[in-house]
Amino acid sequence: MATTTPPKPVTNLDEATVRFCGDSGDGMQLAGTQFTNTSALLGNDVATFPDFPAEIRAPRGTRAGVSGFQIHFSSNEIFTPGDTVDALVAMNPAALATNLADLRQGGILLLNEDAFEKKGLEQAGYTTNPAEDGSLEGYKLHSVPMTKLTRLAVEDCGLSQKEADRCRNFFAMGLVFWLYGRSLEPTLRYIDSKFGKRPEVAQANTAALKAGYHYGETVEAISTQYHVAPAKLTPGTYRNIIGNQALAWGLLTAAHMSAKQLFLGAYPITPASDILHELAKHKNFNVLTFQAEDEIAAMTSTIGAAFAGSMSVTASSGPGIALKGEGLGLAVITELPMLVINVQRGGPSTGLPTKTEQSDLNQALFGRNGECPMPVLAARSPGDCFDIALEAWKLAVAYMTPVFVLTDGYIANGSEPWRIPALSEIPKIPITHPGPSANGDRFSPYQRDDKLSRPWAIPGTPGLEHRLGGLEKQDGSGNVSYDPNNHEHMCRLRAEKVANMANDIPLQELDGPESGDLLVVSWGGTYGACVTAVHAAQASGKKVSHCHLRYLNPFPRNLGEILKKFDRILIPELNLGQLGAVIRSSFLIDAVGLNKVQGKPFSVAEILSKINSLVA
Amino acid sequence: MSIETPLPVLKPSDFASDQDVRWCPGCGDYSILAQMKKMLPTLGLPRENLVFISGIGCSSRFPYYMNTYGMHSIHGRAPAVATGLKTCRPDLQVWVITGDGDGLSIGGNHLMHCIRRNMDLNIVLFNNRIYGLTKGQYSPTSPLGKKTKSSPMGAIDNPLHPLSIAIGCEATFVARSIDTNITHLGAVLKRAADHQGTAFVEVYQNCNVFNDGAWDYAKDRNTKAETTLELEHGKPLIFGKDRDKGIRLNGLDPEVVELGKGISEDDLLFHDERSPEPSLAYLLSRMRYEDGFPEPIGVFRSVDAPRYDEQINEQVNQSIKSKGRGDLEALFNSGDTWKVS
Repeated sequence: MATTTPPKPVTNLDEATVRFCGDSGDGMQLAGTQFTNTSALLGNDVATFPDFPAEIRAPRGTRAGVSGFQIHFSSNEIFTPGDTVDALVAMNPAALATNLADLRQGGILLLNEDAFEKKGLEQAGYTTNPAEDGSLEGYKLHSVPMTKLTRLAVEDCGLSQKEADRCRNFFAMGLVFWLYGRSLEPTLRYIDSKFGKRPEVAQANTAALKAGYHYGETVEAISTQYHVAPAKLTPGTYRNIIGNQALAWGLLTAAHMSAKQLFLGAYPITPASDILHELAKHKNFNVLTFQAEDEIAAMTSTIGAAFAGSMSVTASSGPGIALKGEGLGLAVITELPMLVINVQRGGPSTGLPTKTEQSDLNQALFGRNGECPMPVLAARSPGDCFDIALEAWKLAVAYMTPVFVLTDGYIANGSEPWRIPALSEIPKIPITHPGPSANGDRFSPYQRDDKLSRPWAIPGTPGLEHRLGGLEKQDGSGNVSYDPNNHEHMCRLRAEKVANMANDIPLQELDGPESGDLLVVSWGGTYGACVTAVHAAQASGKKVSHCHLRYLNPFPRNLGEILKKFDRILIPELNLGQLGAVIRSSFLIDAVGLNKVQGKPFSVAEILSKINSLVA
Repeated sequence: MSIETPLPVLKPSDFASDQDVRWCPGCGDYSILAQMKKMLPTLGLPRENLVFISGIGCSSRFPYYMNTYGMHSIHGRAPAVATGLKTCRPDLQVWVITGDGDGLSIGGNHLMHCIRRNMDLNIVLFNNRIYGLTKGQYSPTSPLGKKTKSSPMGAIDNPLHPLSIAIGCEATFVARSIDTNITHLGAVLKRAADHQGTAFVEVYQNCNVFNDGAWDYAKDRNTKAETTLELEHGKPLIFGKDRDKGIRLNGLDPEVVELGKGISEDDLLFHDERSPEPSLAYLLSRMRYEDGFPEPIGVFRSVDAPRYDEQINEQVNQSIKSKGRGDLEALFNSGDTWKVS
């Protein structure tokens, strides 16, 4: 390609945050994903935040239908998708109206000028055109006729106008790729693999992508290109990974490491369905995915599969977990190992299906009838979902108990670079089943080992025939028992068994000095914002430390000691204080909450400002 | 030279667990338990390969009394528990024991989906037309007007008919028997055990405490020849003490006719349990004593169809055949990767 345009000056940045937003049919998730993969391949650390409406296609052009994808990429290690946006691409007025507040002053604003016409402006609630009325003066505004330029670029491809307009997202991508000096190669490969069967579409998308790139290169109004150098990450081979994908792969790996067939019983629910989709793709890993008729069947089939001797898993989100409640009680009383994954979303009820929240901690800890303890673990980032699946399964089989794994919409849909582990680095998960017995003695399914764990005897084993069930059982023999003392014994035993896991899980780690003015205690997906905020506070000389909880039941056995050494405790949570209440009652300490339930993750600034308000 | 160890010959008593049976004296469940224990040794299956899964209710205590693997699960969910088990372990013979409340009310959804998937399970629904374990409320099969503690002015819910539901879901095996008709019951259970796919069996079962006599019309030795009709594949539908009555199709409706007087056996409806089309079986399930018909017992329908448990495992095999056995490192390294040194 011959061009006479002299190269534009390049400004070096440590990091940048870009957000693509437009109508939910505008292909913004695709644009964001491509930009993410490209940046990751270039060696940046990346963190992403896809944000989309619950409606598949809300009326076109309305605020309700706006879908966005934010990417934070950096030459340093990063933990969040970024508080504020450095470059915002808005494909229509509604997208501008709903996203402008997050663009930093002086940030780059790329608008699809063609969408800023009368109807679009009215739908977004504008009385005048913001692209022309001077209201966007504080930003580096570039109004680009993306629709027109895309149509021109693809006119030789033989597409209808409607199809041609669907290539707009590739034009926008091309422009942003140029802006940050990213290679088009990965996206061209994607186009090839995705649209290979429709060469005219592949050709058009390629043309639109390149047209956007060349537009950046040549148009005078955009005067600078930005460069974000690769990050210094731990050596190894990396790939980009999404939370739900990491979790599914973690499950596959756990099954492999324990030489088990994997069974997933699931009912489709946002934002957990991708776990089902991912595992359904990998049947050749000896995976059975059962799409059940409802959440209750998803749960109870999982219990049946656990009885059968498989690695058994169910995955859902809050409302689905609510339906599983009775089944969870059966899982606890039968003392069968299985994993229950809750990809949390905004509640109560249907709540905010596509938005993130941490408000199901109480449900995981307490949401069952009777004294019904379950271990609860929470993943902290997309890549961590892989590790937590392995860890949860290891605990489930060692202690013969269902284990809760909490993630949330934010980390389930978010992505980050993931250092690919060698299988040799991953420890095996040993499982033993009692073998056939020919001595004619009656088998006791509730005899216990030193962990108070009972044997996992599976059907088909001669001589170990036994009956499980939801009625209280005599310890040892497993016979139905209504004996008052046995019931209390069993309730205490089931609680003790879970509490004893504290002897097996790692001690709580602390980021920062062992004592000080303030300890920030976090769990789950808020890790990134908390660690970033605490590091900033530490850098400004504040005596602040951070401990991030992976184990929410039982707590690590040194947690109480850690908490006592700080003057104040701050617990930021995307709920109204659920961990806070447990910490206060478990350790009889005062703890301050920072609570938010807006369906959005914390920004670093929110946490930092709270820290600053508590510590001089 | 290989020596095959012959399977031990089992007796009915080998299938009895060491637990005391705690149904009310005189309950119809005893008879079903006895017939099950009598029939199982005839299958030639090792005891460890049998699993009984139940829900909640009087009938659902059944697994505790069987010396096999078993699970007394939660209300209505036995078909789903059994689905998870059988999906992972097609080698096991899995029985689901349920009742009219457990199977058709709280667990109606699972029953329907289990049947339409043709899971290879044997489901035995003990129908006593009452909630026994909760002491006598009306059930989904209680007749209209039934006065119980929860319906003092009479039930106003139109009853469900278990076999009509099962056939509506295109069950591949559907049968009915009666707790006191022990020879017939044993034979039906055996047919169910031999069937591949969902075998659904309704057993008329008497609750002598809360709904005594609900099935007297079908059990009374003086009336049962007139009120029931034993189905036999390929035979005309004939009943009556003197075998002088039959069922004839008048258009799409069955009617009771007397043999002789110009009506011969050839004019009658012939039973075809292997008809791929379930309409005839459905028609039989609609014949009710209260409407002047004898109620058919025996096998309504027995056809072959692909089974879910077999197919889901076959998909795994096919996937391994076409893609090769899953390789985790290859999966992790698929797509775009980069090296950091």
